[in-house]
This record gives sequence, structure tokens and C-alpha cells, in this order.
Amino acid sequence: MAETQKTMEPILAVRDLKVSFTTPDGDVDAVKGISLDVRPGETLAVVGESGSGKSQTMMGIMGLLAANGRVSGSAKYRGQEMVGLPPKALNEIRGAKITMIFQEPMTSLDPLYPVGKQIAEVIVHHRGGTRKEARPRVLELLKLVGIPEPERRIDSYPHEMSGGQRQRVMIAMALANEPDILIADEPTTALDVTIQAQILKLLRDLQKRFDMAIVLITHDLGIVRHFAERVVVMRRGEIVEQGGTAGIFENPQADYTRMLIEAEPHGRKAAPPDDAPIILEGRNVVVDYKIDGGFLKQRASTFRAVDNVSISLREGQTIGVVGESGSGKSTLGRALLRLIASKGAYRFGRTDISGLDRTGMRPLRRSMQLVFQDPYGSLSPRQTVGEIITEGLYVHEPQLSRADRDKRAIAALKEVGLDPAARNRYPHEFSGGQRQRIAIARAMILKPQAVILDEPTSALDRSVQGQVIELLRDLQSRYGLSYVFISHDLSVVRAMSDYVVVMKDGKIVEEGPTDAIFSAPREDYTKTLIGAAYNIGP
Amino acid sequence: MTDAVVSPVPESEVKGRSLFQLAVMRFRRNRPAMAGSVMLVLIACFSFFGPFFISHSYDQVFSSYVTIPPSLEPRPGEDTLEEAMKGVAARARVELQSFSVEGETFTAVVTAENPIDPRTTRYFDRANEFDKTEVLSTEDEGRKLTLSGVVDREYFLFGTDTNGRDLMARVMLGGQISIAVGLLASLVSLGIGVVYGAISGYMGGRVDNVMMRFVEILYSLPFVFLVVVLVVFFGRSFVLIFIVIGAVEWLDMARIVRGQTLSLKRREFIGAAEALGLTDWQIIRRHVIPNTIGPVVIFVTVIVPKVILLESFLSFLGLGVQAPLTSWGSLIAEGANNIQSAPWLLVFPAIFFVVTLFSLNFVGDGLRDAFDPKDR
Repeated sequence: MAETQKTMEPILAVRDLKVSFTTPDGDVDAVKGISLDVRPGETLAVVGESGSGKSQTMMGIMGLLAANGRVSGSAKYRGQEMVGLPPKALNEIRGAKITMIFQEPMTSLDPLYPVGKQIAEVIVHHRGGTRKEARPRVLELLKLVGIPEPERRIDSYPHEMSGGQRQRVMIAMALANEPDILIADEPTTALDVTIQAQILKLLRDLQKRFDMAIVLITHDLGIVRHFAERVVVMRRGEIVEQGGTAGIFENPQADYTRMLIEAEPHGRKAAPPDDAPIILEGRNVVVDYKIDGGFLKQRASTFRAVDNVSISLREGQTIGVVGESGSGKSTLGRALLRLIASKGAYRFGRTDISGLDRTGMRPLRRSMQLVFQDPYGSLSPRQTVGEIITEGLYVHEPQLSRADRDKRAIAALKEVGLDPAARNRYPHEFSGGQRQRIAIARAMILKPQAVILDEPTSALDRSVQGQVIELLRDLQSRYGLSYVFISHDLSVVRAMSDYVVVMKDGKIVEEGPTDAIFSAPREDYTKTLIGAAYNIGP
Repeated sequence: MTDAVVSPVPESEVKGRSLFQLAVMRFRRNRPAMAGSVMLVLIACFSFFGPFFISHSYDQVFSSYVTIPPSLEPRPGEDTLEEAMKGVAARARVELQSFSVEGETFTAVVTAENPIDPRTTRYFDRANEFDKTEVLSTEDEGRKLTLSGVVDREYFLFGTDTNGRDLMARVMLGGQISIAVGLLASLVSLGIGVVYGAISGYMGGRVDNVMMRFVEILYSLPFVFLVVVLVVFFGRSFVLIFIVIGAVEWLDMARIVRGQTLSLKRREFIGAAEALGLTDWQIIRRHVIPNTIGPVVIFVTVIVPKVILLESFLSFLGLGVQAPLTSWGSLIAEGANNIQSAPWLLVFPAIFFVVTLFSLNFVGDGLRDAFDPKDR
């Protein structure tokens, strides 16, 4: 197989593939008859927003659809039809010749077994033999995917590994039987930028080595530009455009592709005057988490999540807080709002809020708000949108009548660009972007002065991200709001903030005006972060 | 703001569906669960409205029909009437000369050595078979009477028990009590358990520790001991059964709700509520409790059969409902004692009991699938 040349003979030919799901409201067509080819050794990117059917296409081919899904059409692997194949016959191909890695390395591994055993299982299943016989091969694979100390790690449990390492283990599992095609479904979305760069580099190296084709499913055009040879752009279950990567990016034919490429957040925010009053300030913020020692251990240890950080937010300013997961940026945001126990001196406007307890903070809550990352988790599923966004009024303006609250809800929804009719509906009926608008409306209805935005765009598609950023900037200029914008996504931070704080391990590594940080980073860590970010631009 | 930013809301003519409405939709589609619900409604109707349609009351004793098997034929049968009449005549110390039945009326000629007191007819009325006996003619200076009256025909579709009470009436009554105990005791446990568990889970820390240790102490007390203590203190009453059972069952509920609350607490919407400045109680009431409803409803369908069983256990010990009141549990216990001589005493209450429990289980399964479609 090693000699397989990059002939034009496709290794996987998909023709008129349809995937539909039976739901209580009738059938939903997720994929509406698409055709594509995967050629040996190439990298094909399937791009689209969530709901475009890009994952379902691959799931359909692999026979991994949910119970209510149906697939029709044709998908031929080296001339063998895969659609409609009984599971047993399908298993000969999937897991051996075509393998998959998924987005969520945290949940794709079984927490009860050591990783070595899980990799060995794949080998034993497809090639026979015993687990013991497979062990040298497992070690070799772990070495191949760059796991440090593979002899020790082979017996580690998934929870003992970091997200990046787990994704490497997943890749090792996928490579175990030297597949011809590796389907990578958003392989790096859940990872930090620096890890993302490492994993992508690993995939590229492995691809060269094994001469396998990679089908990369992603919504991140930055990755596609730097990684893929050919691109398929999908929208609503149909292929909008396909072609070579360079061609698509330089000369996109379809409006949708153009929109996706231009969705990269751009624009810049002007800094407020230097003498603008400080609205929210935290000096020498320290947050310790107690790690419970357990029943028999005497001492409980502490973990310092935020270590002596000082930050002051001026009126009209946006401070971007950047860092990888675990750097303490979200904790810092909550400490500034006095939502968690922390040490340090805090000031809101002219009021000293260091010593205030929950009751003392309550009247101030309306002026300082928080917007969360996960638009799915931050809205209570059992309340209507109207109830959700007027909840703050219920606390802070209890004198308002029901009709008044309703009026305010309508105004708030209009402000965030949602149809006021939305207030009688439930959150699960809305898309991610719409939910994030609802969450923003909930914060804005109280007319706050300072808002902490905790990764408000991370869970959203690029094009939606752009809209939400527009909205946030628009609200800021209209009401003179001040933001603390927490994100790991540098391009978004760049578009949103006029001052950037880079955090690592609870400490501030570097801070300064946005342009200075991005054009001339001083610290190595900042350089790594900026270097690891893939931009759509060449 | 530009128009492009305004994102359309899903078609507005479709009414907003809450999670609850969606659950109802999924439930409706679940056949076993719907069949279970229908069965439950039928059994409840039978138990609660049935007594209005039968003439016997649950404590009416038919001494002539002790332990008779179920039958679609009315009692007494034609063949047994003469036998019954002879028995009555013997009791009245008269001799039966002739006996005939025409339709619903009977005619009997009785003789005796001494003149017969006309009040003897009472003996005939006293028997369950005959009614409205009167003297038609007197001959031989009162030594020979011709009597006539109505043959009282009764239907015992389920047969009668060892005391001669209509089993159908008793199954209906047992159903009323078992269903009432099941529902009310579950509601008591639901009320206490949900509030207790939500508070314990949400407050966390020391409060949680103290509250859950208290639950564990209650767990460790033997159930029967608790019941005896409560009965001694408050005397024996029907209401007490609900309270006692509820007071034991809420422990499980509290634990389940606490577990739910612990995972809910980490959800961002709780954090958002805190950031809005809601008080703890407001958060528990507005956010925690509504979101635990799914598992709680499912658990209730498990508790109801459990409570019904507990009640029959108590009745068996003599601490539950007292005769002549009864419940399915005590009927089954009674039937089990007579399983060889009168199997129907076990069969009928058992059928109702089993069907109810099955239905509750199907409904519970259906509810679980309806509320948590991802768990399947």
C-alpha cells in the first residue's frame, strides 16, 4: 500500500449520499445527496457551520448514525459499497481501513481501562492474537504519536493524561491498523491553541509516513488553509463549493464561502482616554482552591488559581484576558465580581467592595454582570426566554409589574437583535448564537456598567462569532460599557479589546495595549501563543 | 445595527414547546406506557366508582354464601334452593312438606305437631336466599302453613371470602385504599424529600453534612420500630399510615434530589442566577427544583408500588388498615392463607395488584424515556 501513488483513482467515492433523521416533527434531512471523492494520501477538509451535515456525512458512511438516522446513496471504499453493509462486514473496514478521531478526547476514551489496553483492543480485534502480543505494537504507536515515557504511560488511565495527550492516544488508536483513511472530526476544537498546533503537526507527519488520506471535518478555516489540500464547503446538507485550498481561499465562487472567509472578526476598538475613571479594580487578587485531603489525610492542600494579579478596568475600556485553559483567567473574572472567595482589594467605581458579603454585594450586582461561555448551559431549560431575561429585574426592581417587565424584555430582545416573540419560547428552540444573544440580553436588561465576558464566542461558529462581537461592540459604544473579555481565541481578543493581559499559571505574563502585544510580544509565552494561532489570512 | 445581525426566530406560528410539552409528546408515542396509563385509569375507575354500581357493601356478610367460588350464575342456584329451604325449616322446627319455585317466587308448605306461630316467617327471611316471606293460608288449626316469598338472587362475580363478604366489593375497597395510600404517601415523601434534598445539595458544606448525616441516622432506624413508635404516640389512624410511610420514603427522594442538585449547581445558569444577585432560596425555588423534576417524577412511579407493598406489610402486622377496611395487600395475605381451599381469594386481588404495579412500571419507564431521551 505504501507505493500507492496519488493517482486520480479515489479511495473513497461518495455518490448522492443522503442522511435523514426521523423526529417527532417529521423527517429531517441532514445531508441532501452529496458526492465527494477522497484520493489516496490527500488531505480533504470538509468545512461548514454547525448543522451543515459535515459530521453526519461521515457518520453515515461509517454506519455510526443515531438510532433514528437513515442513510441512502452510495459510498464505495475501493469499490466496495459501504452503505447498507451489515455491521459485521462494515467492521472489516471501519476501525481498520477507515478510522475516526473525535472532537472530545475527554469522553472518547473509556475511563475504566488503561490507555494501553484500549489501544491493544483495537489491534487484537482486527488482527487476532492476545493483548500481550500486541503490547510492543502499542508501545511503538505511543512513541509514534509523541507520548513522553511510553513505557510508563501505557498503563496510565485516561484521567491521568492531559487533553492533548488523550487526543494523541486517540490518534494512536486510529493508526493501530494502518488505515488508508483517517477521518478527523474537529480533532482540535477542544484543545488550546498551542496543543492544537502540535496535534496538527503530528497528524501531518503521520500522514506522510503512512501515506494515508485525512478527511478533516472542521469549522475553523484557519486550520483548513494551513492543513488541507482540497476543501469541500457544506451548508445545510449540500455541497456549496469544492476545490483546491488555494483556489477556494483566493477566489471563492459561492457567496457562502466568501462569507465564511470574511467572518474572521476584524476591526479594532479605540482605547478610551487615559483619564477615564476606573470602574472596576482588583489589586493583588489571590484565589486559592482548597483541594480536599480526604478523610484520612491530615492536611488539605491548596491550589493557587490566581496569584497576585492586579487589574483595573476603565470606563469604556475592554481588557482582553488571554491564556490557555487552566491559566486562571475565568477564576480572575469571577473574583473581580466577588462571586468566589478571594483575597485582595476590590473597588467598584468609588466604592470599596473588598469586605462585602453576598448580601452587601446584591445591590451592586445589577451594575456588574457576567456572560458565560456555554450558551447551552447558561440558560435554564425550564424557563421561557422572557422569564430568563427578566430574572434580574425580579431581584433588582421588584416593584415592576408583569406588564412592565414584559415591556423591558421586548426592548432588551430588540436590542440584541432577536424577535421579541422569542420571549414566550424555550431556550432549546434556539441556535447557539441566538442563545448567546439571550444571555447577553439577560445581562444588558439591568443596564450594567461593567460586564465580564467569559469566552462568550468560543462555542459559536465563526460567522456567528462575528455577529456576536459586532453586537457586543455596538452595545459598548451605545452605553459606554466596560468589558473584561476572557478568551483563548486571539483573533477575537484582537478585534474586541484595547488592552490585553496574557495569563499563565495564575500569573500575568505580559500586559499592554492590544497592538503592542500583537505586533511586538516581549515574552516567549506570548510569542508561542500568537505563533500557534492559525489565521485565515495567508 | 444592521439587518444582517438580526437572526430570525424559528417559525413563529409554531407555539413554543416547553421541555415538559415535548416530554408529553414523547410519552404519547410510547405504546406500553400509554397502555399502562390506560390500565391505571381503568383500575382507578373500577376501585372508586365500582362501589356505586354493585349492591353489596364491603362489610355485608352473607352467612349463607361463605367461601363460594366466583361464578357468573346468580346465587342461590336452582339445585341448592330446596336444600337451603330444608335447612331453614329445620332451624324453624317445622317440617317441609312441599317446596316449589316459579320464577322469582317460591311456595313452601310446612307442617308441625303444634300450631305454628306466623312469626316463623322471620326464620325464612333471615336466610340470604329468601326474602319477603308471608303466610298465604293456614290449615289444620295452624298446624300447616303455606308460605310464599321472593327468592333473593345475588351475583358474586369474584366469589366470597371466608366471612361471606363479596370479594368484588372488597377488591374495590382495597383498591381505593391502596391507591390512596400509594399516591398520598408518595406525595408526602415527594414534598419533604425534594425540598430537603435541594436545600442540602445547594447549600453544600457544613449544612449539607449535617442534613445528610441526619438522613443517615433515620435510615439506620428499623422501619417497624419507627412505625410502632409513631402509632403509640399518635394512636392508630388511617391518616397516620400516609405520614409514616411518607416519612420513611422521603429519605430516598432527598438523596436523589441532592445528587441532582449537586450536578445542577455546577451548571452555568445557576452561576448566572448568582451573578444576578438572586438569594439562595430564590435560586433553589426558581432554578434548582424545576430542573430536578424529571428524575423526581420518574422516581415517584417507583415509590408508588413500593408504598403499596409497605402498606400491605403494615396491615399484615396489624398496624395498617383495620378490618372491615382492607387493602390489596391484606386481601392477598388473606388469600394466601386459603390458597388451597379458595384460590380465588388470592387470584383476584393479586391480578389487580400485579396489573397496577406493571402499569406503574411501564409508565415509569415511559416517563424516563420521555424526560431523558438521551439516556436510552
